[in-house]
Amino acid sequence: MKKEDVILCRCEDVTLKQLHDCFDEGYTTFEEVKRILRIGMGPCQASTCSLLVQREIAKYTKQPLDKVKTHVIRPLITGVPLGSIAKEAKDES
Amino acid sequence: MKADIVIIGGGISGTSIAYNLAKQGMKNICVFDDNYMTGGATGRCGAGVRQQWGTKMNCLMAKKSIEFFEQAQDELKYHRDIEFKQRGYLIVAVTEEEEKKFKENVSLQNSLGIPSQFLSKEEALKIVPHLNEDAFLSATYCPTDGHLNPFLMTDAYYHAAKRLGVTFHYYEKVLDIIVENNQIKQVITDKRTVETNKVVNAAGGYAKEVGNLAGVEIPVYSENHQILVTEPIEPMQDPMVISFTENIYCQQVPHGAFIMGRSPSNPEHNHDISSSWQFLDEMAKTATKLLPPLKDLRVIRQWGGSYNCSPDRQPIISESALPGFYLACGFSGHGFMFAPMTGLLLSEIILNKPTTIDITDLHVNRFENMEDTEYETSVV
Repeated sequence: MKKEDVILCRCEDVTLKQLHDCFDEGYTTFEEVKRILRIGMGPCQASTCSLLVQREIAKYTKQPLDKVKTHVIRPLITGVPLGSIAKEAKDES
Repeated sequence: MKADIVIIGGGISGTSIAYNLAKQGMKNICVFDDNYMTGGATGRCGAGVRQQWGTKMNCLMAKKSIEFFEQAQDELKYHRDIEFKQRGYLIVAVTEEEEKKFKENVSLQNSLGIPSQFLSKEEALKIVPHLNEDAFLSATYCPTDGHLNPFLMTDAYYHAAKRLGVTFHYYEKVLDIIVENNQIKQVITDKRTVETNKVVNAAGGYAKEVGNLAGVEIPVYSENHQILVTEPIEPMQDPMVISFTENIYCQQVPHGAFIMGRSPSNPEHNHDISSSWQFLDEMAKTATKLLPPLKDLRVIRQWGGSYNCSPDRQPIISESALPGFYLACGFSGHGFMFAPMTGLLLSEIILNKPTTIDITDLHVNRFENMEDTEYETSVV
């Protein structure tokens, strides 16, 4: 299968080829490729692509898997509509 | 190792300064950053670029920066799209006082060649139909303001600077700056010692601490400002919408997501960049009040980043009391959008050339007599 046909990040449609091109440019950490390619920035917040990217970085940089950091986990854990948050918001003012 | 100049900070300001210096022929330029590219304030900003300001200096910095962004893709020969989109900024007036101030701002902006205009409520609603018509009185609008991708813009400067011979060292922290007899001698990092007589402080949120390394006191501090982003949807909002009174800026980026942020109510001066539920609550309330249809959008992520604030909310771009120690800091949340001019102007100062615009008013020594400085009120 061609690298350009392998989708790693389903939210942002990032392919294996794009990831490898980014590595060749010198970006070999999750934080860097995330910012260049938007990989892991979609609704699933890298819960799908994180381990795939980690494995690719480990292979490319010839490091053991457990030495490769994955993404920083930020809130929210799951998508919540703005209206629901506003409705339940405590009045702090 | 020797360098003709060391730049501390590899975000948008540092990369722009490096590029501008190299473009004008300077050699042996070395950039240090203790994180990955855009790991600091640049990568945490709201990705907007605007010219609608309340002070002359901010207007001029912004206007000339937009002119650069318009042709940045070609000049920097970048292989990706920097996602520059000029779909305007709409700043709504909520109080009569604000309305009066905005009219003055538009006159100032127009006098400097910025194509902003004052709009009635009806005219504003034609541009953003989903605005809550009961939540504002009128607006100002500038069609050439817009959006730009902070990561890719920085990467574009980085690649262009590298081609001109600049060396970049990310993940390398500057630990000390050695000064003898009021002259810079060395920069010491966690990996090497660099002999140099010139240093640029473009350290964003850590500008004060980097100043301290050289024994230079800079009247800036950092505070946490938070942002959230929603899931992407089909295009429905062209301009960035801002309200200073309601405390919100909100734009739909070309990718489809909505990005929005607001200022904290009683910010502490520190390096906190965490996310809070209080921000989420207040942001959601304000966004759904001003732009009701956004209530159905799911928030997918939130984050924080540092505003490096100066006493008058205008940048500091000048040499300091220590010869050869140059400052590009105190952008007060707007370093990204001013970066092209920051790079050009500071490089001119460093190379002893006349500056493209008179920036006496951006000198760090203006704070010695605060009565003379003009305070920027158009800040979220």
